[in-house]
Amino acid sequence: MAAPMYAVEADNIVKTFDDVTALDGVSVQFEPGIIYGLLGPNGAGKTTLIRILTTLLKADSGSASVVGIDVAAHPVAVRHRIGLAGQSAAVDGYLTGRENVEMVGRLYNLSAEEATRRANDLLERINLVDAADRQVRTYSGGMRKRLDLAASIVGRPEVLFLDEPTTGIDPGSRIDLWDLIEELVGTGTTLLLTTQYLDEADRLADRIGVIDHGSMIAEGTSDELKTQMGGGVVEIHVSDDDRATASQAMMRVSGGELTQDRNSLSIPAPDASRTLAAVVRELDALGVEPRDIALRKPTLDDVFLALTGDKPTPATVGSDSE
Amino acid sequence: MTATTGISNRIGVRAALTHIRVVTKRNVLRNLRLPQLVLFATVQPVMFLLLFNYVFGGAIAGGGDTGGLDYINFLIPGILVQTAVFGSGQTSLGLTEDLAAGVIDRFRSLPMARSAVLAGRTIADFLRNVFVNALMLVVGFLMGWRYEQGFLAMVLGVAMVLLFGYSMSWVMATIGLTVKTPEAAQSAGFLPIFPLVFASSVFVPVESMPSWLQGFADNQPITVLTNTARSLMLPDEVAAGLGLDTGTLLLQSAGWILAILAVFAPFAVRQYRKVVS
Repeated sequence: MAAPMYAVEADNIVKTFDDVTALDGVSVQFEPGIIYGLLGPNGAGKTTLIRILTTLLKADSGSASVVGIDVAAHPVAVRHRIGLAGQSAAVDGYLTGRENVEMVGRLYNLSAEEATRRANDLLERINLVDAADRQVRTYSGGMRKRLDLAASIVGRPEVLFLDEPTTGIDPGSRIDLWDLIEELVGTGTTLLLTTQYLDEADRLADRIGVIDHGSMIAEGTSDELKTQMGGGVVEIHVSDDDRATASQAMMRVSGGELTQDRNSLSIPAPDASRTLAAVVRELDALGVEPRDIALRKPTLDDVFLALTGDKPTPATVGSDSE
Repeated sequence: MTATTGISNRIGVRAALTHIRVVTKRNVLRNLRLPQLVLFATVQPVMFLLLFNYVFGGAIAGGGDTGGLDYINFLIPGILVQTAVFGSGQTSLGLTEDLAAGVIDRFRSLPMARSAVLAGRTIADFLRNVFVNALMLVVGFLMGWRYEQGFLAMVLGVAMVLLFGYSMSWVMATIGLTVKTPEAAQSAGFLPIFPLVFASSVFVPVESMPSWLQGFADNQPITVLTNTARSLMLPDEVAAGLGLDTGTLLLQSAGWILAILAVFAPFAVRQYRKVVS
């Protein structure tokens, strides 16, 4: 059998729960060996798509395959090739770290000796050797996530699915976890990860698909997505008294577009510094003196906002899961 | 992509047995390590035994015809059934907790036999019931309980009770996978269990109940299993006095166990296949 062209291929997937449309014709495909980031807010349909691709759910319509194997027709064959770490670390609190990894290894049909060897190797790589024989309920959140990650790759999956791998993790541990994910997948594993965090997608993903309300609304590399925003963004900070006047001025320059934050006002700057100059002139004419004014490069935040008209979840601790 | 040759969707019997063993071991370890499980599994049934025997025993034995025997000898077979049936509730609780923790999702994403999660769960809960019922017998013995039909008959009686508890585990698995949350599983599981256990011959002779209730109490499985165990433990003349016929009761018990398994094992597997946490 020739190597499949795509590690993951989903075509026009529709899934509804009762009256709610979770996925409204999503298509996605990418080749082996890359990290694909599925970025979207809570309830966008990320988890539903992961569940369909990992054979946990059946799509209402559309087709999906993983390493060329149809997920609906050959779920068991697909399960042999994949690893999954869901949103909550699905490790058993009353087993030790080692017992957890060994158990999953045995369920991937490794022999007892092989499962033990593999567990030892992975526990070392995730830096949990000292805690390996402690019950997992004594672990911190970050340790559990690392263990969950180890369990998801114990069967040497060709495609690994990580559903919001750093949700609910403190900022320091997130960075450790990113390093670990990069290291673990460095060995030829293809990774599909979902995230509501722009910095996470930016940092880890080779390619990003933006999903919202069950539809894929943009796709590309982080840079490509940022380029869609053109030159950048002009952002000003004004006093509350000047806010209304300044908003009018900004919208005159942008032709109606305006993003309001608690502290700032911003508009797209397709002509970069010329847009900036126009804003300065408008504000000057109205006698508004901004506290701060800047032309900044677009962030994925801006991309997201432009695409969805909504702000994504900021990268803070302990966000709710989908 | 259409079916590709060389893609197997099957799991061999040997692999499936390994999966069942691995999942069973995991659940046994959990049962042993969860402190509240060990506590409830042992203290609660022993407490029931003590309370019913010493608090209600006199009144119950005085009010109804227990065939002129010590209440403890009447009570033990019944309380074994009660313990086994209450113990089967652990199956729905364990499954719903796994569901909530995402463990079921992980299992379902692994190339393992579909039946292994449920088999591993129910077997572990069966083993737990074996332990708890053995403990009940020891405590019962200290309280004066004696068996009169020989050791093997007593063991057969206990075995029937435990197998009945195992079949009830599949009922509880179905309930758990249908209601999905541990809280709901606990109340939904007790809903059928309470009337079955109390409107039965477990604690009192059915004859002491109002006649409209006797029809139900006499023919429902918990009475059948209790009477089976009694007929295998009580002296002949007492069993005869209670109207118990061992052969008929054994057949009825086996019939209930097989019927419950035949209905609820496939039902539970079906619920498992489509369950989403």
